[in-house]
Amino acid sequence: MTAKLQLVDIKKKLRGRQVLDGVDLDVAPGQSLVVIGGSGQGKSVTLKCALGLMKPDAGQVLVDGAEVTRMPREIRGRVMKKFGMLFQGGALFDSLTVWENIAFRLIYADKVGRKEARDRALATMRKVRLAPEFADVRPIELSGGMQKRAGLARAIIAKPDILFFDEPTTGLDPITADAINDLIVEMVKEIGCAAVSITHDMASARKIADEIAMLHGGKIVWRGPAAQIDNSGNAMVDQFIAGRADGPIQAVV
Amino acid sequence: MINPFAPVGRAVLGILREIGRFSLFAGRSAASVFSPPFFMGQFARQSLQIGYFSLPVIGLTAVFIGAALALNIYVGGARFNAESFVPNIVVLGITRELGPVLAGLMLAGRVSAGVAAEIGTMRVTEQIDAMNTLSTDPFKFLIAPRVLAATLTLPLLVLVADIIGVMGGYLVAVNSLDFNGATYLRNTLDFLESQDVILGLVKAAVFGFIIAAMGAYQGYNSQGGALGVGRATTNAVVGSIVLILAVNYLITAFFVE
Repeated sequence: MTAKLQLVDIKKKLRGRQVLDGVDLDVAPGQSLVVIGGSGQGKSVTLKCALGLMKPDAGQVLVDGAEVTRMPREIRGRVMKKFGMLFQGGALFDSLTVWENIAFRLIYADKVGRKEARDRALATMRKVRLAPEFADVRPIELSGGMQKRAGLARAIIAKPDILFFDEPTTGLDPITADAINDLIVEMVKEIGCAAVSITHDMASARKIADEIAMLHGGKIVWRGPAAQIDNSGNAMVDQFIAGRADGPIQAVV
Repeated sequence: MINPFAPVGRAVLGILREIGRFSLFAGRSAASVFSPPFFMGQFARQSLQIGYFSLPVIGLTAVFIGAALALNIYVGGARFNAESFVPNIVVLGITRELGPVLAGLMLAGRVSAGVAAEIGTMRVTEQIDAMNTLSTDPFKFLIAPRVLAATLTLPLLVLVADIIGVMGGYLVAVNSLDFNGATYLRNTLDFLESQDVILGLVKAAVFGFIIAAMGAYQGYNSQGGALGVGRATTNAVVGSIVLILAVNYLITAFFVE
């Protein structure tokens, strides 16, 4: 089966440092892959390369088997329609209301009329359990958890083929974080899309992943089913999930 | 051994690199204005923000400059009995030079800084990345409407500034310098040529483009959180002012020759 998304030998250097040194990843349709790893190990860079927000120095990104890394900007825009993304800080547009944020793609990229777009935004708000009375407020008036819900609604409204989640539970209290995890699992199942998440929150990883991959030193050092993470046989994975300072991974402080 | 020319060379290369990057950015911004999709709602909003809401600052600047100009020309002209040239020189100075340049400088502070801060904040909070993932080109949604609005509204603002500036000179001339109001206005209109106004409007359009493009360029490339946004805002104002003054000379020289 053709992978929905495939990263082949991705390399990226930033400010003289080799952040990614040959990352290989693939996600099958309907699969949820979580990439874990310490801070500064290149998780966000991997995601940005996959999304086309950053150009890798070497390697290929394939979407449905088609190489997209060096596509012209105009054609690349069409590939973007297959993606949905929940950003770590929400990245909601300050100048727009919540419903306009959620319906942004429908209004400005798909040219859906404002009335229909609003109706669909309200329906999606209900799906992510965000009360419709928040539709006309600005994102700044929402709590952190509500902003994540709005961001999730914006990511799923156009039913993308691949959903990306950047640290979906960072900055949330454990209960809200668990609710967001449940929503992610529910939405990914409902849409039937592939999902790629990056996190260092193991509770989140265990809940939303079918498979987990660990990124360290610019490479994927382990990958396996989420259920096997506790018996990975990899010292780095063991150290990471146990949250120990001593081990093969040196803490950066 | 330390080469004393190395820092100078580095600085020159840095400036050339920045000029090259800005030129490419400005070219892409200009191209975005002419290629669909067009976001007319954004253009209307920016026209209001950049044009309409700049009217008070432009009007106040123009009236005081016109008044001060009339006083200075009167004092200077009195040295060789040429006081009667006050209306002629006021209208020439305002339409050809002071109107567009001062409007440009005021908007460099107001608009370029605002655009840099807004787009810069969007950059550091990943809103621009989010826009890309939502299949919307930030150049077309954010930058093209601002560039077009500034390029089209600054000439209109300068036209208003020209009128208010001349009226500032008129008020001082009539009330403080004992000029006859009707004669002042007749001299102004008789002396004014269409090319004086056109030169000012051409300058204004170019300055409008520079102001918006520089603000967008600095904001779009800002990094490093609040500090980066602050730096982008400062650079946008300084860059716009320097570029406006340099381009002003080039346009004037071109028209004069």
